[in-house]
Amino acid sequence: MARNGYFRNIRDTVTTIFEGMSVTFSHLVRKPYTVQYPDRIPIPVQDTLPFRYRGHLEVDLEICTGCLACERACPIDCIVIGAEKDPKTKGMTLTRFDIDLAKCMYCGLCSEPCPTGSIHHTPEFEGADYSLESLVRRFVKAPVAAYKPKKTGETDPELRDMLARGLRYIDEFAKPAP
Amino acid sequence: MQQLVDNLIAQGIAPAFIPVWVHYLLAMLVFGGIVVFGFALLVAGVTSWLERRVWGRIQSRVGPNRVGPNGALQWLADGIKNMLKEDIIPSAADKPLFRLAPYLVVIGFVPTFVVVPFASSLIIADLNVGILYLTAITALVVVGILMAGWASNNKWSLLGGIRSAAQIVSYEIPAGLSLFPAVLLAGTLSMQGIIRAQGWAPWDWYAFHSPFTFAAFLLFFVSALAEGNRTPFDLPEAESELVAGFATEYSGMRNLLFFLVEWGNLYVIGAVVTTLYMGGWQIPPVTDNVVLQQALQFVVFFLKSYFWVFVAMWIRATLPRVRVDQLMTVCWKYLVPISFVNLGGTAVTMVIEHAVPGISWPLRLLVLGAATAGVVAFFARVRYQLRRARPELYYSPVI
Repeated sequence: MARNGYFRNIRDTVTTIFEGMSVTFSHLVRKPYTVQYPDRIPIPVQDTLPFRYRGHLEVDLEICTGCLACERACPIDCIVIGAEKDPKTKGMTLTRFDIDLAKCMYCGLCSEPCPTGSIHHTPEFEGADYSLESLVRRFVKAPVAAYKPKKTGETDPELRDMLARGLRYIDEFAKPAP
Repeated sequence: MQQLVDNLIAQGIAPAFIPVWVHYLLAMLVFGGIVVFGFALLVAGVTSWLERRVWGRIQSRVGPNRVGPNGALQWLADGIKNMLKEDIIPSAADKPLFRLAPYLVVIGFVPTFVVVPFASSLIIADLNVGILYLTAITALVVVGILMAGWASNNKWSLLGGIRSAAQIVSYEIPAGLSLFPAVLLAGTLSMQGIIRAQGWAPWDWYAFHSPFTFAAFLLFFVSALAEGNRTPFDLPEAESELVAGFATEYSGMRNLLFFLVEWGNLYVIGAVVTTLYMGGWQIPPVTDNVVLQQALQFVVFFLKSYFWVFVAMWIRATLPRVRVDQLMTVCWKYLVPISFVNLGGTAVTMVIEHAVPGISWPLRLLVLGAATAGVVAFFARVRYQLRRARPELYYSPVI
């Protein structure tokens, strides 16, 4: 217990505890790093995902042409479409459009061939539920006529916006990431 | 307390045909019950919540914040959970001792509230050996812990119990020695007497009376932390080493009793430090209304004690655990000699002050100035740390 060791020990103890406590106090007055997902985050997670994120599938029935390209493209046959050619109007009528989200593997092969971009992926990914049947999304409530694209461009503003969004989706989808 | 009961008898509210000692007994039981169940256990529970929040914020995370506003009812949820748990007693354990141990530990904690001075007339019994009584009662905790370690029939619990007994018994000495400067200065062992001998202003507190009392003040806090099994001296219940040390085999309410005593003891430590060295409940004379005065004194005392509870939590989040041999070295080679020096120094200071009355003021201002400079340097250091932090940093002082 040499004299210089003894008092140096005391000095070191006091100074290091002082320093350490100043560091911890500085942390006490900061905002914690914890992200309290999912209810106390600044913006919803879905808004932070990129535009091409392949979440649950969704169909904009107003611009679906009934071409059945997505049904043919799906490798798992999770899309079931019921479409008949209406003899009177010479257009397609959609009676059934079921997508089984439990079977879907979110590969995106159905949204690529869509001519209008009506079937697209959404940033939704939270689909946990209590029954398997609820994961079959049925998009057709009553038989509707399929959409017939106009050669001179769409005049209805709502449909024009949907078409613009759908075509942008296909555009982005086909473009490789930078 | 005694005056209160005497006043009630004199005013005729309390029936006079019942003997006086029955009145005293009933009053003590009633007030003791209020203090223990309405204050001590409540403070122990709320301290557990506050500790988890403070600990969390120091570690850059949020503590419990779901059960009730900001998680303030978490301790209730934990208490109910512990009460509903299965009471497991190991088959080879010493059953009577196993059952008795938590109660002995509680007995080492609850009776200390009899002498805690909440305000100038809010003390259950102003014993004229108050401080000595408190030190003696807290030493009972050792018996309970040793019993718990032995009766668990578990080598690690036994080790934890023995380490704890060694620690508490060793640190009784610097704690007792560091009490004495305040007792010498006040001339009495009674808690209210020591507070009355101080004043309300920081330069009248015993902490800043001389460098020796300042050192005794800090040493007492450190020794009291060690006696309460708090980090950095929490080897007996080292969570990462001995699971829960002597309390490993305990489940349910028996386990909770050990933890309640730990958190409640924090408050008692804060109360004793405040009483001895920080002027207790003294307030500047701002009001003549007795009730308001008592209420203000209670609030001041509570805030001062709780500041020390906060410091204990802060230290727990900062310092690593000391090894058991380091613990013994610190106690016997550093704290005990320095405590003796403080005691002798305080006695010498008293003699000098008696001979040269004019030296008291400059000495006090010197110590107070040094302490204030230390606090200012501390916050300057904190500001430096905050400046050096990464850019994504917010100021959010609300817990």
